[in-house]
Amino acid sequence: MKSDALQTSPIGQSPPRSEGRSKVTGAARYVDDLQLCALPGLPELPGLSGPPGEFLHGLTVRSPAARGRIRGVRFLDGVPWAEFTIVTAADIPGHNYIALIENDQPCLAAEQVNHAEEPVVLLAHRDRALLEKARQLVAIDIEPLPAVFDLDESLAQQTIIWGRDNVFKGFTVEKGAPMSSPEAWAEAEVIVEGDYATGAQEQLYIEPNGMIARASASGGVTVWGSMQCPYYVHKALQAVFAVPGEKVRVIQAETGGGFGGKEEYPSVIATHAALLAWKSGQTVKLIYDRLEDMVATTKRHPSRTHIRSGFRKDGRLVALDIDFRLDGGAYMTLSPVVLSRGALHACGPYECPNVRVLARAAATNAPPHGAFRGFGAPQSVFAIERHMDRAAALLQISPAELRRRNFLRDGLTTATGQVIRDGVDLDALQRRALELSDYSTKQAALAAENRAAAAAGSPLRRGLGFAAFMHGAGFTGSGERNMMSVVAVDATAEGQVRVRASSTEIGQGTNTIFTQVAQDILGLPASRIEVVRPDTSEVPNSGPTVASRTTMVVGTLVGSAAAALLAKLRAAGLLGDSYSEAEFAAACAAHHNLIGPLRVESQYQPPPAIHWDDKLYRGDAYATYAWAVYVAQVVVDLDTYETRVEDFVAVQEVGRVVHPLLAAGQIEGGVAQAVGYALYEKVVWQNGRMANGQMTNYIMPTSLDVPSIRVDFLEVPAPYGPRGAKGIGELPMDGTAPAILNAVAAATGVDVNHIPMTPEDFMQALMATAEAAP
Amino acid sequence: MKLCLTVNGTEHTCEVHPLARLLDVLREPLALTGTKEGCGEGECGACSVLLDGRLINSCLVPALQVEGAQVLTIEGVAGPQDRLDAVQQAFIDHGGAQCGICTPGMILAAKALLAKHPQPTLAQIREGLAGNLCRCTGYIKIFESVVHACKQAIDGPAATPGEPAAPSGATP
Repeated sequence: MKSDALQTSPIGQSPPRSEGRSKVTGAARYVDDLQLCALPGLPELPGLSGPPGEFLHGLTVRSPAARGRIRGVRFLDGVPWAEFTIVTAADIPGHNYIALIENDQPCLAAEQVNHAEEPVVLLAHRDRALLEKARQLVAIDIEPLPAVFDLDESLAQQTIIWGRDNVFKGFTVEKGAPMSSPEAWAEAEVIVEGDYATGAQEQLYIEPNGMIARASASGGVTVWGSMQCPYYVHKALQAVFAVPGEKVRVIQAETGGGFGGKEEYPSVIATHAALLAWKSGQTVKLIYDRLEDMVATTKRHPSRTHIRSGFRKDGRLVALDIDFRLDGGAYMTLSPVVLSRGALHACGPYECPNVRVLARAAATNAPPHGAFRGFGAPQSVFAIERHMDRAAALLQISPAELRRRNFLRDGLTTATGQVIRDGVDLDALQRRALELSDYSTKQAALAAENRAAAAAGSPLRRGLGFAAFMHGAGFTGSGERNMMSVVAVDATAEGQVRVRASSTEIGQGTNTIFTQVAQDILGLPASRIEVVRPDTSEVPNSGPTVASRTTMVVGTLVGSAAAALLAKLRAAGLLGDSYSEAEFAAACAAHHNLIGPLRVESQYQPPPAIHWDDKLYRGDAYATYAWAVYVAQVVVDLDTYETRVEDFVAVQEVGRVVHPLLAAGQIEGGVAQAVGYALYEKVVWQNGRMANGQMTNYIMPTSLDVPSIRVDFLEVPAPYGPRGAKGIGELPMDGTAPAILNAVAAATGVDVNHIPMTPEDFMQALMATAEAAP
Repeated sequence: MKLCLTVNGTEHTCEVHPLARLLDVLREPLALTGTKEGCGEGECGACSVLLDGRLINSCLVPALQVEGAQVLTIEGVAGPQDRLDAVQQAFIDHGGAQCGICTPGMILAAKALLAKHPQPTLAQIREGLAGNLCRCTGYIKIFESVVHACKQAIDGPAATPGEPAAPSGATP
């Protein structure tokens, strides 16, 4: 089957990033770099007016209030309003909602606003300075309504702000005896209970959101922009303009980071830019500045978790009762799915015979919270992994031993009843992580160092902490079965192969990985393979670029489509079992001449052994999991209360590693984001509005703040992905923060159970610990 | 207002708004869009360029101040025939670029660092790049890229122009 052209598999090698050259030379075009004369895709739409070469610039006027009835909008004197394109909800030709799960989020608020910064009016003008002046002259009169800013206040249902009960989604995962029965707790000799909380986190991609749009009744709607999920945008535009799918075209520009922040929100910006284009008849560019991007767009869901657990004295976990709550913000957006993933990771990588996870996502009058790398799991994993360290201390068993005694392994079942068949050996992962971090030697040395420091009056305390965790690869539950993704592969008469998928390159390496996977099947050099830029008129729907699914799920389809292409050439008698690059090109030419265009599609086939019940939350929650143990070393300054991560070890089993350099880059980048999540990145809320929406006062890690990070992969090929690859992108976000906070507790004896833990938070916890001490 | 400046070795005269920033001049009249705007307040470094040899945030420099100045942007970093600079090549070979939005600024910051410290220590690299934020890489692969760029400067190019050097392992 292997061709002569390429004898060794490219899987497991680290070829240069496909679009690397354009990125290091500044040639890569992001949405704000696109010029009107050179928009990719060449849609020459009829009915456009205006001078060539210039965009109209768009701007969004937003609600000043968190909740209230819109009494009216006034346009005050001071700018020539007749020159402006003005769009309100009344101008929407179709449905006034952003199509997602519930369709509850308006495209533009019409009668009521439900969060600060909610879009109400859109403006466009050629002159950006004048546009900014005009923003100040739009007066939105709002009659205030009672607002809810606290998650538990929302769940108390004193003030109803969404639906009948403020609850976007609630469900229960149960295993074993009912939690209310004595049977569930019969073997529990030690009860460990705790509350854990995590804050909102801004994705903070360095490229702010933006879209360019052309739209007309006759020509349809075309948008170019920064995005993860072209077909989400496609669906949203169809609803807002009430046009069929073939009248809508969505083209991804080079995208400067996403991390989930460009999963669902770009649909809002695309509809806004397109409405301005529709009304003005011109091409409109709508680019957010940093402040707008931070205060108005989605963030990671804040969470609260209560855990009540029962252990035998030997450390065996026998009962786990978890109450997991997410703050969803003002509209549903993706909250039910984020909640699912969070709840399904809430028990950690442990086997427990009796489990209840009560999960609820509720509304508050904050901008909707949304997708962010990890998607609910970082929240629940933080809770369970802090909890396990606290339990270990109470049980007087080492954290490693307590985990070892409860680890999932093949044949054991998760809380949903899924039988693990990954071939995972968490004990070996943990041993490897502790060995690489020199844990036992260092732990003793640091304890001695801390005692000496205390005796000498030095403020520095060091400690090691770790976390064990897993991350489900691909969509939750029936997601992949419902999505039924498609990838196409075609070849030109010259033998150039083109991979067509809507999965976007957002820095994680989609272009490079898909090239490798196609090469692996076709045995051709990388120069023969092009991954086509996602453009809904050019690529089928391979699903959104989310859920650590691109390599494992879509990559598999790239491989099967490439194999189908070969099969087609062979079935036509044009290609032998073994072939050279020239023979492949000749076969493609012959196919074009004798038969016609050479194009194949491959659609997702649900693995036969995977079953999931959406109603009962029972069964195989994920096709497979990535597994990891991360170790952090921290230094805490008892004078300044600052914590710094000094060293970090990340050991994981992600199946076959397709591209070691990109894979390590994913882990390191995720760890750095999670260092920020744990220690620096605090969203300050004032009446449901982010008060620190600038990079000056919302602090992400710099090159001086990241620890050295040692990345290690253990590879157990999985049955699903290309050559056994599993998902990887989100994994590092899950376990880093609890490892850091566990290390802080080890260094100082201070238990902090919420993140971010800023110096102020640590100071308060330290004082509380000192007061509580006898 | 009329502005004369030299960008990437070429003299330009252009008409600019009196309140324009150097970033606006580069991106709009000169169409050098490799210089990015990430925050507009001098925090992220995506708009970094070399102004008379010094690393600056072009979003914080008024166009008024650059009359007659020499500016180097990412478009001017590669040599003749688009031969990549050692730093650019190292960023490709060692994973220094992911989404790429910080990359132009990061490469200019690395150039400024290497001009000052041709053989920087890790601490000097961390310090030298501290004004340039990257949300993708966690900086580790950027540090490695800088280390390899100066190795290459001493050992000579590891590959023929246009071809990447052989990738070295994931985590040295």
